[in-house]
Amino acid sequence: MAETHSLQDLRQAAVASKVFVQRDYTSGTICKFQTKFPAELESRIDKQQFEETIQTLNNLYAEAEKLGGRSYLEGCLACLTAYTIFLCMETHYEKVLKKIAKYIQEQNEKIYAPLGLLLTDPIERGLRVVEITIFEDRSIGSR
Amino acid sequence: MNNREYQQIDPQALATPPPEHMPKRARRRWEVFPGKNRFCCDGRVMVARQGGVLPLTLALILITSGLFFVFDCPFLVEHLTSCIPAIGGVLFVFVIISLLQTSFTDPGILPRATPEEAADIEKQIDNPTGSSSSYRPPPRTKEVVINQQVVKLKYCFTCKIFRPPRTSHCSLCDNCVERFDHHCPWVGNCVGKRNYRFFYTFIVSLSFLTAFIFGCVTTHLALRSQGGNGLVFALQASPFSFTFSTALELVVCFFSVWSILGLSGFHTYLVAANLTTNEDIKGSWSGKSGNEDVGNPYSYNSIVKNCCSVLCGPMPPSLIDRRGFVPSDDSVQTSPVEIELPAAKNNRNMVGRAVTSGRPPPPPPPPVVTLQQPDISIQSHSTA
Repeated sequence: MAETHSLQDLRQAAVASKVFVQRDYTSGTICKFQTKFPAELESRIDKQQFEETIQTLNNLYAEAEKLGGRSYLEGCLACLTAYTIFLCMETHYEKVLKKIAKYIQEQNEKIYAPLGLLLTDPIERGLRVVEITIFEDRSIGSR
Repeated sequence: MNNREYQQIDPQALATPPPEHMPKRARRRWEVFPGKNRFCCDGRVMVARQGGVLPLTLALILITSGLFFVFDCPFLVEHLTSCIPAIGGVLFVFVIISLLQTSFTDPGILPRATPEEAADIEKQIDNPTGSSSSYRPPPRTKEVVINQQVVKLKYCFTCKIFRPPRTSHCSLCDNCVERFDHHCPWVGNCVGKRNYRFFYTFIVSLSFLTAFIFGCVTTHLALRSQGGNGLVFALQASPFSFTFSTALELVVCFFSVWSILGLSGFHTYLVAANLTTNEDIKGSWSGKSGNEDVGNPYSYNSIVKNCCSVLCGPMPPSLIDRRGFVPSDDSVQTSPVEIELPAAKNNRNMVGRAVTSGRPPPPPPPPVVTLQQPDISIQSHSTA
């Protein structure tokens, strides 16, 4: 498959190191990651690009956790059905998580894999960190 | 010592079979889960290790309700209205369902840090004076300003993470739980972010149920004594089973009403103030230390909004992947890397539903470990 060509190459590459972007708790307990640019990535990727990725992720998580008419409706409906509705219906949060997974995959394919980096979906790490794997810089994929 | 700590995540994967040999059966993550939880139905259902008195709670509810439906309902339907068993039935169903959901739902357990994460955090808080510690170093804390309040984040030595705000480590379950309220022995589980609304529904509906049964039994007795020459005569004329059941229901309901109603009232206050039992007991935001500027930074300062956000807010997903497969460390050239199996993402979507009994999982993928892009999550959505 053409689109995984550069990702396939990553398979043979060795992991040089991992960078962890921690959570930002200044707005409370909502899921938000720090947009501070890690020093280890300076030689690899454009700062603005990285910040844009993190900011988009933050916005998506904010959408998932937003308190609004829709989430209240979902909550009330669930309460009235003694929460059995969760057995049949996918929650709004889960739908947004799928969106996030898709976005991360896109970002990896288009931007990060060609640069020898790999973003790990934060849900795989319990929404604690955004893990960025840095691969050794052999000639990887197409630039 | 360091090696032993790093094995905490995957203690059995390091005792690997010979590398040529494919493992006979891929193990699921719940089988190597480091906390003190028990899992049933192949990881779909989880409880704390100590069942607590959950069987007793269930028995009390079932027996009392059963006696009510058998002995009191027929009489009351005849003399009053047939709504009585209907109302009782609805309350009973609510109580049982919310109890089971409270007990069997993941309360918001935070998975422990991977070895790389733990190492990264250690590097960041490494003591610059380089003390060779043969003792545990002083507790590590980080300070964060939330809503103009200074909140201290503590480092959890067991889970090797800095605990998010409102998270606490439950020693009974040996897990960090988000928005930790308390560990309830009656339901046999922690009460945290994900199952607090179930717990609240449980205690409120239970207080209504016990009050309802108490009222009905008292009415029943009163009606019976009206017919004859008083209560004692009515009881003497009745069969022993009726007397026994009435006595049992009255005793159970009397004590339950006061305690459960009190608990419901207390938790209603907590919900309205957006507090947890843990914070209330410790007095984190009540300014006990004499600092008058202390206030709850998580409160929306509106009772309605607090209630809505706690009880009707979006349902967060389960962060621990119970039904994913444990990667077998076949490709060990990148040994310190914890290699994520695509299957983990597959099954996580199933686990993500905050329910007691999940759906049948997709067929387990082969446990071959490669550093693959987890793009299978998109394909699995169509089957979910």
